[in-house]
Amino acid sequence: MPGGAERILRRRINTVSNTKKITRAMELIAATRVARAQQRARAARPYSEQLTGVIEDLAAGGAEVDHPLLRQAESISKVAFVVCAGDRGLAGPYNAQVLRTAEREIQAVRSDGGDYAIIAVGRKVADYFSFRGYNIDSTYSGFTDNPSYENARDIARRVRQLFDSQEAQQVDLIYTEFVSMGTQRPIVRRFLPLEKTAVMAAEGGGEAAALAGFSFEPSAEGVLADLLPRYVEARLFTALLDAAASEHANRQRAMKAATDNAEELIVKLSRAMNRARQEAITTEIMEIVGGAEGLAEDDDDLNIELLLSELSS
Amino acid sequence: MAMKIEFVSPEDILYSGEAVQVIARTRGGGDIAFLTGHEPFIGSLETCEVRVYEEGGDIRRFAVRGGFVSVTGPEVTVLSDAAVPAGQIDVAAARTQLADAKAAEDANPEDPYARDDRRWAEVQLAAAGADDGGAAH
Repeated sequence: MPGGAERILRRRINTVSNTKKITRAMELIAATRVARAQQRARAARPYSEQLTGVIEDLAAGGAEVDHPLLRQAESISKVAFVVCAGDRGLAGPYNAQVLRTAEREIQAVRSDGGDYAIIAVGRKVADYFSFRGYNIDSTYSGFTDNPSYENARDIARRVRQLFDSQEAQQVDLIYTEFVSMGTQRPIVRRFLPLEKTAVMAAEGGGEAAALAGFSFEPSAEGVLADLLPRYVEARLFTALLDAAASEHANRQRAMKAATDNAEELIVKLSRAMNRARQEAITTEIMEIVGGAEGLAEDDDDLNIELLLSELSS
Repeated sequence: MAMKIEFVSPEDILYSGEAVQVIARTRGGGDIAFLTGHEPFIGSLETCEVRVYEEGGDIRRFAVRGGFVSVTGPEVTVLSDAAVPAGQIDVAAARTQLADAKAAEDANPEDPYARDDRRWAEVQLAAAGADDGGAAH
């Protein structure tokens, strides 16, 4: 039947252009969200910088550092992993990259005979690891595209429970670092115990200690004890914000690629459709001409009339 | 001579301005006032009202939920989870919070979160000038 192929192609073109509209919309949404996520990360920076500054001042002031969060265990039998990825897919390789990195780290711990615990941040993380039969300690989700400090505090509380009780002697943080719009990479960061370098920034640097001369209230140790838990929360919050910005950037790229592909597909399908239509028209004309010629052999007058009526129909 | 005062929360810089004197309350140390040229100082803050005295005699009040104050020469920085200017305090919400916290505290006098919440509500009400005889100041 003539025109059949054309109709099928037209339907496919419609489908593809609908998909294109959706991916285009998602691309634009992701683009605005990257900007907002970056803005939030910028807004959050002064706090963590100030906090780090205070820790440096404390170290310079010679605070006696002995806090549970700083204690290195003699042997590590269990490592907790805080794995931050997204709640939703359609973000290109974003989730897969973090999950692959996390799985590799976990396997490394296991092959050394150690135990592990997973603190899953993002629905995709929980899905991935529960499907593969890993032990998930706890799951936090529903906020990965726009995390609040409250969320960081909730996660930090669970992390500290694990660490303070010495159930886990080490906590690693796995998330995607937002380097720039074009570059985001999954990284593994030692989270707890807090690295000595951060706290003891000025240790051994007598010059810094001499410059500082801070006084503390209630005491250097007291301030430090109040401060370290907040430092843990702030670091987690920074990681969540970075992960959110990375997620949106990845989604924007993935959706841009999808939109471009859809456009290309539409061009290809349109060409095929035009060809099919042209073929159908050619076939139709050939049929008419063939029929007319057949009639011409019988009766010339009738032939002309028939041809005209056929063409005008 | 004015010094710089900044309130910084984990999510944002909440307020940034100039002051001639800042009064806060540190944990275990009571009220403390900072003038320009105060020696370098770091303190843990109580949940308290922080008063910022501006040049010209205006006083800005902030309800601050714990945190730290860091003084380095010409700069005072308050790091806190929450710092609300007196004018922006939701008095009705704070009253509800106060009632809830009191109820929770009655149910379990040892509950540290309830005590913290009660204190925070009281400080907010006191800073907003809607003090019901609470023990904030």
